[in-house]
Amino acid sequence: MATRVLDQHPAHAAAHGEKTGLWSWVTTVDHKRIGILYGATAFFFFLLGGVEALLLRIQLGSPESTFLSPDTYNQLFTMHGTTMIFLAIMPLSAMFFNYLIPLQIGARDVAFPRLNAFSYWVFLLGGLFLNSSFLFGAAPDQGWFGYANLTSKQYSPGLNVDFWMLGLQILGIASLAAAVNFFVTVLNMRAPGMTLMRMPMFVWMSFITQVLLLLAFPVITVALILLMYDRFFGSNFFVPSGGGDPLLWQHLFWIFGHPEVYILILPAFGIVSEVLPVFSRKPLFGYAAMVFSGVFIAFLGFGVWSHHMFSTGMGPLADTFFALTTMLIAIPTGVKIFNWIGTMWGGSLQYRTPMLFAIGFIAMFIIGGLSGVMHSSPPADLQQTDTYFVVAHFHYVLFGGSIFGLTAGAYYWWPKMFGRLLDERLGKLHFWLMLIGFNLTFFPMHFVGLHGMPRRVYTYPEGLGFDLMNQIETAGSFVLTVAFLVFLYNIFKTSRQPRNAPADPWNGATLEWSIPSPPPEFNFAEIPTVHGRDALWEMKRQRGGQLPEPIRASGAGIHMPNPSYWPLVTAVGVLAVFVSLMVIGHTGVLGVAAAIALLFVGVYMWAYEPAG
Amino acid sequence: MLLRTVARRSSRWITALGLLVVTLAACSTDQYPQTTLLPRGDFAKIADDLLDTTVRWALLVFVLVEGVLLYAVFRFRGKPGDAEPHQTHGNTTVEVIWTVIPALILAAIAVPTVRAIFQTNATPGKDALTIEVVGHQWWWEFRYPEFNITTANEMHVPVGRMVSLRMGSNDVIHSFWVPQFAAKRDVFANRETRMWFTAQAEGDYPGQCAEFCGIQHGRMAHRIKAQKPEEFQAWVAHMQTLGPKPPGAAAPAGDQQYALGEKLFTGKGCIACHSFAAVNAPKGMVGPNLANIGSRSYLAAGTLKNTDENLARWIRDPQGIKKGVLMPNLGVTEAEAQALVAYLRAQK
Amino acid sequence: MTAHAHPAHLETSTGLDNRKLAIWTFIGSECMFFATLISNYLVNKGRSLVGPYPHEPWTSPAGQHFEPIFEIPLVTLGTALLLFSSLFVVLALSGAQRGDRKALLGWLAATLACGIFFVGMQVYEFTHFVHRGLGFTTNLFGSSFYTLTGFHGTHVTIGVIWLATLWIDALRGRLQPHRALNLEMAALYWHFVDVVWIIIFPVVYLIK
Repeated sequence: MATRVLDQHPAHAAAHGEKTGLWSWVTTVDHKRIGILYGATAFFFFLLGGVEALLLRIQLGSPESTFLSPDTYNQLFTMHGTTMIFLAIMPLSAMFFNYLIPLQIGARDVAFPRLNAFSYWVFLLGGLFLNSSFLFGAAPDQGWFGYANLTSKQYSPGLNVDFWMLGLQILGIASLAAAVNFFVTVLNMRAPGMTLMRMPMFVWMSFITQVLLLLAFPVITVALILLMYDRFFGSNFFVPSGGGDPLLWQHLFWIFGHPEVYILILPAFGIVSEVLPVFSRKPLFGYAAMVFSGVFIAFLGFGVWSHHMFSTGMGPLADTFFALTTMLIAIPTGVKIFNWIGTMWGGSLQYRTPMLFAIGFIAMFIIGGLSGVMHSSPPADLQQTDTYFVVAHFHYVLFGGSIFGLTAGAYYWWPKMFGRLLDERLGKLHFWLMLIGFNLTFFPMHFVGLHGMPRRVYTYPEGLGFDLMNQIETAGSFVLTVAFLVFLYNIFKTSRQPRNAPADPWNGATLEWSIPSPPPEFNFAEIPTVHGRDALWEMKRQRGGQLPEPIRASGAGIHMPNPSYWPLVTAVGVLAVFVSLMVIGHTGVLGVAAAIALLFVGVYMWAYEPAG
Repeated sequence: MLLRTVARRSSRWITALGLLVVTLAACSTDQYPQTTLLPRGDFAKIADDLLDTTVRWALLVFVLVEGVLLYAVFRFRGKPGDAEPHQTHGNTTVEVIWTVIPALILAAIAVPTVRAIFQTNATPGKDALTIEVVGHQWWWEFRYPEFNITTANEMHVPVGRMVSLRMGSNDVIHSFWVPQFAAKRDVFANRETRMWFTAQAEGDYPGQCAEFCGIQHGRMAHRIKAQKPEEFQAWVAHMQTLGPKPPGAAAPAGDQQYALGEKLFTGKGCIACHSFAAVNAPKGMVGPNLANIGSRSYLAAGTLKNTDENLARWIRDPQGIKKGVLMPNLGVTEAEAQALVAYLRAQK
Repeated sequence: MTAHAHPAHLETSTGLDNRKLAIWTFIGSECMFFATLISNYLVNKGRSLVGPYPHEPWTSPAGQHFEPIFEIPLVTLGTALLLFSSLFVVLALSGAQRGDRKALLGWLAATLACGIFFVGMQVYEFTHFVHRGLGFTTNLFGSSFYTLTGFHGTHVTIGVIWLATLWIDALRGRLQPHRALNLEMAALYWHFVDVVWIIIFPVVYLIK
């Protein structure tokens, strides 16, 4: 890998440390910049998904509404789910993986900086590809889990499913590349003295997430390939008339899909496990229990998938098995909740914005977890599944859980990333609006679901009793909109402040708070040696509360990787391959071959990029 | 001491919350005709009992855990100048306790669950009434092999006799949901699924498709008419008289509209997708069987009330009412529609 | 800008080079990929509505007769060569690590020859099957078979390209002992591809 030595001369060092300009961002391999790219892009998609949701809520705000046509509604609900899962929550988590993992383990960068950049570009291009479908009036409209045989060519003849199928494939490549990178980084690049059981909990949860990504994504990759073969080449994997089985799709999808939801929540678990101790002024309660419960959840997460299929009539033995494993997985989840409360217990709680969101996370996640337990009983679930009850459940865990957790992380690490603290008063306003808006929107869904409202319906008649609850939910979604406007304003207002946040505004326990805000390109002037958990608290304790050694301004003599554009070229090659498959009717095998050639050029040039 | 206070407070909380839940779940089928919370059939009762069990435990856990959280939020609020709190790292005993107790609670849920799984998967006895359900995009077909009759979107069942549903799909996956008597079960094109229930109260109940099945998934409702056994038998007997109609046979004497409507039904091509034969009905028709269309409560799978005006609207502009439905707009004029309505209204 | 070679071996927490750990990680993920493909094959086994079938003869409704489609001897030969190629690549790697250019070039060429023969064998097999009436969409067996073995064959092909690139490097004297890790990574990938075939061969071809 090509590297360069940072300059001796202080003036040059300052100039070189902060390259500006578009090209520097396009060719960056700096994990911090890549993190910011992930975050900004993901946040944009998050807002897009939010607008999609708002439109859905407007349609559902009154019975028999004609605000949206059924096909538009179906595209919007599909894209809302797909966007939030793949283009918002996952890459927002990736922002934190990118920015923080090297800092928290005391490393200068990730194991494979160019692979890191590659995964970002593939994500961006995949997200753009998926959303370009709107331009063709053919946004995916088959639901985010795309059940066969609705997705067959016969019942979905348009481009909608193709965009979804190929778009997800592209995004899967981004996730896999990043997962290999972070897996190796965590295992291999920890500072001296940082054993696995001394790592910050965020690093642990992220590490487990990478394992889930590595093992779950190949399964959906195969499922999407089989679907593609059915749609493009006429095979019958999921087509009943050809001997295929739609249920096979469900199994393959959910073997991926269930670990996927743990991929969505574990990083937030990790973030909350960082924020709570700092703002309780005491260590995380039950570190080992937290590690092992995380590992157990991940492992068992591969054994519960058919609880998404209780209504398919798998038979009593399968139903029983999956009911029991699903109940089992509630145990380590509960352990975590109790350990978080245990962290707060006896502490000196500081109610700054990150802490509010972390506590909100716990409160909301408990509700989501409990409705999950209610689903775990198949005969009861047969009334709940595919109704708004399950919509309530997964929004409590994904929004009340993941989004609240990620927001806590945003407020917490904002000063480190941008050198400015977000405004506290606006932050508190954001929190309360979000908490109230969220509960107004999603709590009634438990009831309207049990009262008979199925999910994925573009309207409902009068006379079923759904009207009032839907009105409340729609009102709640407007409160949420205001909450996000407050957040946007906070970000904008903060960006105009001087960049003068201290290195350690919160009295943090982990290594990222020992370096400037924002950190220099090389992160640590000297790689620290770690002697225990909460390494920075330990170091400060030994120095009467002071941060270790004055921070060197110059990174003289430090090897840092060179910027490169080959990751972007290769990413474009990946996109080209999938686009060429989409238009194979027009450009034929030649088009695919050309795309593969571009891909090969990118990979080859990347591999043989000269050193220094 | 603390435990007793907490327990007392919790039980009050649970009651309060329980009342709130029940109030919000305000139970009357007039207000919530499609609710799952007022079971009127045995299968639905099994599901509801389990829901009860899980809700009770969930409420208990909710009150306790959120209560402790809330307590901690207030009790341990930091004040400026606070000393560093005691740096506890964990407590193994407490870890064991809060692993074992949830496990026990889950076991308490698991036992009735497993029993109910086997109950709900049992095969109904020989005296059950078998009804075949076929999901179509976007309507429901119901066949009664015992009586050799077929109908669509409106299922009649006798109160007090077990109904055994044998289900499939004509195209994509749908889900047949009978919240008042049973629950839901998906239907597939390549395998049979089953569900059973015994209706325990008379009435007219709505249900809906519960698996996304395409553009009009939201308009794929059905109705179950649970009748006294004698009334059900009368309905069956009547349906058994509805074979394919010879032209002009049932025409009320001198009814011009009816005769015109009958001619149009063939002339416009409706006959290609719809059959009037309740007995020996052909299989795999694109459109619902219309043998008793005149007396059904709803049109287009629960989309419109079955009035003359709505029927005329539907005939003239199905795409405008239920976009994407497989029934095309055939350029039927207002006058033609009136004739067709007269013809169809007589098919009861 | 001074030209410093990147230190070949930074201290790592596990002692393994990052790239070696990475290729193992990637292989772990690929195991799930092939496990899913193999599962798909097994799930679809016996579910084809029409023939030709892998192990039994079949007569179509139109009266056309098909023998069992597999030609085991040829595939067995390809399998054996693929297995030997794993040995050859180990010998090549040993040569690279020792700086023995002749051994490296010779054994790596032998590996490539085996790999190319294997892919050629598969191309021949596929073409022959199509001629004999088993197309990709003929039945579930055909779809599952071509998908599984096709993806494996693609992996072999990528391996061949990778090893060929390294062979050219070696020819130009650019695969010195301190860069042997590049070959080691490719060799690990090659062994993986081999192991996957060791599973596919009995599951698909041998077990009835």
